Amino acid sequence: MYIRTQMGHQDKKTTTKASATERVQLGLAKRRRKEERFRKLSFAAVLLSIGFLVLLFASIISNGWPAFQRTDILLDVHFDQKVLDVNSLVNANYGKLVKQAMRDVFPEVTSRRDKRELYRLVSSGASYELQKMVTADPTLIGKTVSLWLPADDLTDMLMKGKIDRSLPEAERPISNKQIQWIDQLIAQKRLKKNFNTTFFQAGDSREPELSGIKGALTGSLFTLLVTLVLSFPVAVAAAIYLEEFAPKNKWTDLVEVNINNLAAVPSIVFGLLGLAVFLNFFGMPRSSPLVGGMVLSLMTLPTIIIASRASLKAVPPSIREAALGVGASKMQTVFHHVIPLAMPGMMTGTIIGLSQALGETAPLLMIGMVAFIVDVPGSVTDPATVLPVQIFLWADSPERAFVERTSAAILVLLMFLISMNGVAIYLRRKFERRW
Amino acid sequence: MITAEHTSINKVQYFNGLNEKEQDTQDTMPAFTPTTSSLVTESNVMTQETVGKPFVKSPRMTCREVNVWYDDKQAIMDVNIDIGKNQVLAMIGPSGCGKSTFLRCLNRMNDTVPICRVDGEIILDGLDIYDKKIDVVPLRAKVGMVFQKPNPFPKSIYDNIAYGPKIHGLVNNQTELDEVVEYSLTKAGLWDEVKDRLDQPGTGLSGGQQQRLCIARAIAVRPEIILMDEPCSALDPIATATVEDLIDELREQYTIVIVTHNMQQAARVSQRTAYFHLGKLIEVGITDQLFTNPSHQLTEDYITGRFG
Ligand SMILES: Nc1ncnc2c1ncn2[C@@H]1O[C@H](COP(=O)(O)OP(=O)(O)OP(=O)(O)O)[C@@H](O)[C@H]1O
Ligand SMILES: [Mg+2]
Repeated sequence: MYIRTQMGHQDKKTTTKASATERVQLGLAKRRRKEERFRKLSFAAVLLSIGFLVLLFASIISNGWPAFQRTDILLDVHFDQKVLDVNSLVNANYGKLVKQAMRDVFPEVTSRRDKRELYRLVSSGASYELQKMVTADPTLIGKTVSLWLPADDLTDMLMKGKIDRSLPEAERPISNKQIQWIDQLIAQKRLKKNFNTTFFQAGDSREPELSGIKGALTGSLFTLLVTLVLSFPVAVAAAIYLEEFAPKNKWTDLVEVNINNLAAVPSIVFGLLGLAVFLNFFGMPRSSPLVGGMVLSLMTLPTIIIASRASLKAVPPSIREAALGVGASKMQTVFHHVIPLAMPGMMTGTIIGLSQALGETAPLLMIGMVAFIVDVPGSVTDPATVLPVQIFLWADSPERAFVERTSAAILVLLMFLISMNGVAIYLRRKFERRW
Repeated sequence: MITAEHTSINKVQYFNGLNEKEQDTQDTMPAFTPTTSSLVTESNVMTQETVGKPFVKSPRMTCREVNVWYDDKQAIMDVNIDIGKNQVLAMIGPSGCGKSTFLRCLNRMNDTVPICRVDGEIILDGLDIYDKKIDVVPLRAKVGMVFQKPNPFPKSIYDNIAYGPKIHGLVNNQTELDEVVEYSLTKAGLWDEVKDRLDQPGTGLSGGQQQRLCIARAIAVRPEIILMDEPCSALDPIATATVEDLIDELREQYTIVIVTHNMQQAARVSQRTAYFHLGKLIEVGITDQLFTNPSHQLTEDYITGRFG
């Protein structure tokens, strides 16, 4: 034992004899290797995440891009006086006009079954378009006009090559005859892919070719507006009070703990709360962006409060002392000096909160924003749906054409998010320029 | 260092001063005669009262029995001192002895520290500044402060100076405000350096310039008393000299209290010096006397560099 300790002791002595620089040199190669390895690993991690991101975007864009185009069909519509009764233009049978126009293109189709199949190539939305045109301009009655009318989604899918022609007829949603007619229409240059304005101008619809994102987009916009208007001032005021004015005692500690916990509450719980309080107790309009925004405000409040408090804390105390030192009141100190400096941080928090709110579905399901809503909401109390819910609804639909619309809706959602962040960055720059 | 002759003269003055003015300290006086003060223990420090001349004939501020606690830790103990009108009072002492704490009592900056409790009397213009009726806003306008670390607002140089006058409504129009800005910056010796870039951020100036900017900011509110907490600790000798000249010049109009670790500086700029030790005010005296002939052993130890 004794000898060993002595030897150990001697060992130590000899190593300490080697100069510090030599010892540093010894470990240097190992340290470098470690650093190099870490650098490569981190670089690989970044590459991997970029790779996934590219993959994700590529798949969404390639899936969603075709949805921005829609197949239209050129028909010579005769606005027949016999069909259009001047006294009830709205209720006239416009479908008849469309069917007549189709029969004019294919006079050889005679059997009832075939005719029905033929009519299915045109969207049911075509008659609405005619109705709109005639009610807007009754002088059309009696005339024959060449019009591009929406084709059915199956025609559209075939045009876009999404339906496999080689499949046996029974497994295809479209019959051999229909394919034949479509080919004839193509040959006659009566089918064309146009920019899909409907997608940006319409609400939801059972017919894929007539469905659009505008309803959900407006719904999201209204909902977020309500969320912003409710949560930003309340959260910032709460943060300022807690950080700058509130006495530090066990009550404020309790409030702080609760706020931190609220940020971690699953969002569906807020949905339940909204259902119980806003809808059932206060009787507010179901499915409306107003209630949706209120529920999402509850969810974003803690996020914004926490971020705002952090940015208030980050304002150097010397600035506060400087202001107090020249005789500014507490209020002036906070509003003239502290808040301007904390503003960028508060806005970052708000944007994070709103981005979360934009992508939120669960709490909105609870308050009925999942309903099938055709009309574009005109105010915050109209029934509406939001982008993520719309995506969910479309993803759930059986029609082949809704697949591309789902991806297109995701693209719109991402665009919304990016533009929201863009605005935030712009605002931050603007506020930061004040040093 | 100090000749015997010199010492004796000072001693005579010292005693005379006490006899004239102070009855309280006279009782304890014998304990501090140089012959017995060679061994002052810590416990002694706690029970002793201030030696020297803590009081003056026409004080601008009078502090009586000031005690300050941080939570239950006492940082200032029974401090009695007068701050003379149009004088510079320097406060020296080892780190952590409570100089800043005491300084910050004079304009109630300690109110911003939640755990800080002040009691005693600090009288300015016949009113106790810790009275409930006193509003800190006009108090701080009257008693300006320059902090140890330059802390300009993250705004333009112009706005830094203009902020105080604006919030206190000291100016009626833009021309008056421009005048105040120019006056304050000139007084602080910064005008020539910054007059062409008043719209640039104050934080972009050098450390010394920033400190002078802070002094200008304090002057702009036209305070009557200026408190400076180690204003030159971050400055080079040239900037320090500028600030010291400035202090000397300001003395004509203002009453100044300055905390410094630099004894040469205290000797250069102040008329009276107060020595703090572990929260107690040990000695106050005419600066020249205190440095040449300290009455208290602790003071002597400190100024001769034996500790601190
Ligand atoms: N905010 C505070 N909270 C708790 N204790 C404090 C606080 N500020 C100061 N103290 C304590 O009060 C005592 C006096 O501190 P003070 O800052 O007044 O010293 P100082 O003389 O200015 O020192 P220095 O020369 O280093 O600036 C110290 O013991 C310090 O630990
Ligand atoms: Mg200090």
